[in-house]
Parts: sequence; structure tokens; C-alpha cells
Amino acid sequence: MLDVLAQQAPGELAEGLTAVGRGIVYGGAAIGPGIGIGIVVGNAITAMARQPETAGMVRTTMFLGIAFTEALALFGFVLSFIVAG
Amino acid sequence: MILGLEFPPVSHLIEWPTIFGSGVWAVNKVVLLMWLAVVLVAGFYLVAGSRQQLVPRGVQNVAEAVVDFIREGIVHQTIGPDGTAYIPFLLTLFSFILVLNLYEVIPLIQMPVTARMALPAFMSLLVWVVFNFVGMKKQGVLGYFKNMMFPPGVPVFLYILVAPIELVSTVIVRPLSLAVRLFANLLAGHLILVSFAVLGTALWESTYIGAALPGALLVALTGFEVLVSALQAYIFTILAAVYIGGALHPEH
Repeated sequence: MLDVLAQQAPGELAEGLTAVGRGIVYGGAAIGPGIGIGIVVGNAITAMARQPETAGMVRTTMFLGIAFTEALALFGFVLSFIVAG
Repeated sequence: MILGLEFPPVSHLIEWPTIFGSGVWAVNKVVLLMWLAVVLVAGFYLVAGSRQQLVPRGVQNVAEAVVDFIREGIVHQTIGPDGTAYIPFLLTLFSFILVLNLYEVIPLIQMPVTARMALPAFMSLLVWVVFNFVGMKKQGVLGYFKNMMFPPGVPVFLYILVAPIELVSTVIVRPLSLAVRLFANLLAGHLILVSFAVLGTALWESTYIGAALPGALLVALTGFEVLVSALQAYIFTILAAVYIGGALHPEH
């Protein structure tokens, strides 16, 4: 293992680790918003099924909730490009 | 051209060579597309409004449907009846962003202008200036910041936590997230489409049959991106309306 590492140019290792870091940054940032969007949409569907006449209002609010939650994941997406430095 | 599975770096997907001009005034494909969008949107509404008829037909019908959607679907639901004055602003915002987004899936163009940070950042700064100005005009400068940082109904000892959070969230996070949301959604969509196109081409050149799956996914995702384009234009507009509404009607 150490022999393999020693044969690599130092730049290659840093590059590979940067790629791993990007993956971790975006993957980590997507966990919370994934759960959050699931909760938002799930509850919106429950509300629409219980009171179909309010579906229009619920849909507007649902999109707002999705937009706020999704912003966190997108920050991670943008950060994963910045991580490379 | 694409023999191996060589994926172009991200910057190459959205950077275009300069066509004319230089330095700050360099004009490339993205800038030309932006000008085209201005002409398209302005032309559409000018043509629709030039020969107004009581019973709308053709272009006027489409334009009235969009205006009605902005008024009923966005302004009345978020700002209320006194938001009528903001319909032109929000309508322009919505139409302009929709055209810029739809460039993503139009053959031979296939470059969403909003996947470059410049325009989303400018538009979110514009919204930021508008809603802060509206709030200060309506509530007074001191009143605006007081209502923003010290919302009523919060226990007094919590204000030490709430005040800085509210200030940062309104003044910094709102415009930042507004711009990043639009930019990142369109950039991600563009990246996905390019990934599947590159993958499909490479597999077509090596195995023919292997290109079936990425090709089919490319078609499906193009449809999905049309949805995302419309949805992001809608979300940008409705958030702008929500921010303006919040500045107009502080919580009591």
C-alpha cells in the first residue's frame, strides 16, 4: 500500500483527495434537504387528500417549502465546485 | 471527437469564446442569448398589447393568460390586493427568467443563460433592493429594522438570539439563496444533460447498443428540464413576491 502511494506524484494524490472531498461535500449537503423535501411533500399530499378544495393553496405553499429546503442542497452543490480551490 | 469517456471540465460547459469586443465588454454566445431574450420578451408583450381587443385572440390571449397567472397565482396569494402595483415587475421577471431557462432545451442553443452566475446575481440584487426599499418606505427605516429584527410574540430574552439571525437571514441569506437557487438548478440541469449526451455519444461510437439507455434517459431528462425551467422561474417570482409582501405587511 505504501509502495503504491510512494510511486504517485504528490499532485495526483491531492487531486484525488479533492475529488473525494467534493463528493463528500455534496453528498453530506444532500442528506438533510432530501429528508426535508420528503417531509414537506408528504405532508402537502396528506393535506391535499384530506381537503382537496384547498389543493391550490397547499401547492403554492409546498413549492415555497421545497424552495427553502432545496436551497441548502444547492449551496452544497456550488460549494463542491469551490472546494477544489 | 469523443473517443474515450473523457468528460469535459465544468468550466468548459458554460464558457464560450468571445465573438467580438474585449475585456469587460466582450460579447459571447451567452450575452447574445440574453439580448435575444430581452427582444423576445419585450416584442411578445408589445405585439400582444398593440392591438387590444375586448375578446382576446392569438398572442393577446397567451399574454393575458400569463398576466392572469401572475396576478391570481402569485400576487394575490402572497402580497394581497394591494400588490397590484408589483404585477409588471414580477411579470417581467417571470417571463425573462422563463425564456432564459428554456434556452437549455432548445436545439442548437442549449445553453441556459441563468447557468452563469451574473444574471441570477443581478436579478436577486434587484429584488433585494426593491423589497428593502418598499419595506423602508412603508414602515420607515427604523420601523423596518425593528419589525425585521424584533418580531412581536417572541420572549424578550430570546431577542439576543433572534435579532442577529433575522438580520443575517433577511439581508444576506435571502438574496444569496435566491441567486444560488436559480443558478445551481440550471447549472445542474445543464450538467446532467451534457453528461448523458457525452455518455451516449461515447457508447454509440464503441458499442451502438449501449447507447440505448443513456439516450432514452437523455430524452426523459430533457422533458424533466422543461419542468424545472418553468418551476424555477415560478419559484424565483413567487419568492420575490413573498419578500415584497413581507416588507409591505409586517407581522403585528
